[in-house]
Amino acid sequence: MHEMSLAQNVREIIEQAARDQGFSQVKTVWLEIGRLSCVEQEAMRFCFSAAMQGSVAEDAQLEIIDTPGRGLCPKCSHEAEIENVYDACSQCGSYGLQLVAGDAMRVKELEVV
Amino acid sequence: MCLTCGCGSDEVLIRGRKLMNRPKAPVSFRLHRVEAKIAEDTQRIVKLEQDILHKNDRHAQGNRELFKQHGMLALNLVSSPGSGKTTLLVRTLQALQGRYPLAVIEGDQQTEQDADRIRATGVPAVQINTGKGCHLDAQMIERALPEMPLPEGGMLFIENVGNLVCPAGFDLGEFAKVVVLSVTEGEDKPLKYPDMFRAAELMLLNKCDLLPYLTFDVELAETYARRVNPDIRIIRLSAVSGEGMDAWLSWLEAQHLG
Ligand SMILES: Nc1nc2c(ncn2[C@@H]2O[C@H](COP(=O)(O)OP(=O)(O)OP(=O)(O)O)[C@@H](O)[C@H]2O)c(=O)[nH]1
Ligand SMILES: [Mg+2]
Ligand SMILES: [Zn+2]
Ligand SMILES: [Zn+2]
Ligand SMILES: [Zn+2]
Repeated sequence: MHEMSLAQNVREIIEQAARDQGFSQVKTVWLEIGRLSCVEQEAMRFCFSAAMQGSVAEDAQLEIIDTPGRGLCPKCSHEAEIENVYDACSQCGSYGLQLVAGDAMRVKELEVV
Repeated sequence: MCLTCGCGSDEVLIRGRKLMNRPKAPVSFRLHRVEAKIAEDTQRIVKLEQDILHKNDRHAQGNRELFKQHGMLALNLVSSPGSGKTTLLVRTLQALQGRYPLAVIEGDQQTEQDADRIRATGVPAVQINTGKGCHLDAQMIERALPEMPLPEGGMLFIENVGNLVCPAGFDLGEFAKVVVLSVTEGEDKPLKYPDMFRAAELMLLNKCDLLPYLTFDVELAETYARRVNPDIRIIRLSAVSGEGMDAWLSWLEAQHLG
């Protein structure tokens, strides 16, 4: 259940931002979780509320932006949305697509008071 | 305080001295601050765009610099539980002993058993118990390193927690990840756990001594691994019979030189 340690990282990032930018309460947290990242959305939701207890984001709403995976074909340079990292190129059938999007795990922005 | 390793967010950086004495953190260490727009009087949006694994990666970078400074080849061995990592390590250490300074970091949720098996060879080993944690992270390695004599100019093997999922996402500062797949696990593992096989540079197909008793299709397993990672090197071996060990030892020597 590594989502717990990731949620704890999110808390640290938020607390650091609160110190740097002087806010005391977070109303909304936007997390970008790529569909091809190693994070399970539901597990993250569960861990998020537990990890935020006692922090400035204790009652914050979690918004997850799930970006789809995109692969670039090394053979024909075709770029397209992919479901799995090992999908074949939809144009020429080659394997070994380069992942150009969809594996990010990022705290994008916060709505704060 | 962080749940994984217990360190605070205002923590001391990598093994103190060098990084700690810097006047301020490099740009990439800081939050990407973008001016906050004021939505209302008090309510506003703060843009962060910060990677959740940022902190781990920062610690990993510190480890990597330390390994480089001491001329150590550090490898991160990953696999599902029971694929034979410790058995393989014991045999590997026996073959390399006397030729290189060696050390091992063992990661398991519970017990000192694997570290004890390593120490029986005479090679120093530090056990990290992650408790409920399912992977090693860079800070754990950072903390384990002062607990052992560093194998200056030699090799450090890190045996990760048996888990084919999240150790893929955590850089420890290693030179390469080596994934061990045993033939009793099924050919489809590279497709089911693609992140791990993508993250690895070398796949060791272990327990090949058992092939006569199984229906495991070696070619198919290798095709799947290459589908996920076209550049992956593959070595078939057995940590019990010793077949294929020479290819693995040559690979190690080549990485150590290069
Ligand atoms: N037949 C055969 N058995 C092996 C081989 N390598 C390991 N084993 C056996 O597989 C079992 C698990 O081996 P370990 O070395 O403990 O595996 P591990 O990957 O370190 O396990 P964890 O640390 O618990 O994840 C033991 O019973 C070993 O004797 C091999 O090449 N052939
Ligand atoms: Mg082991
Ligand atoms: Zn193509
Ligand atoms: Zn920590
Ligand atoms: Zn984990």
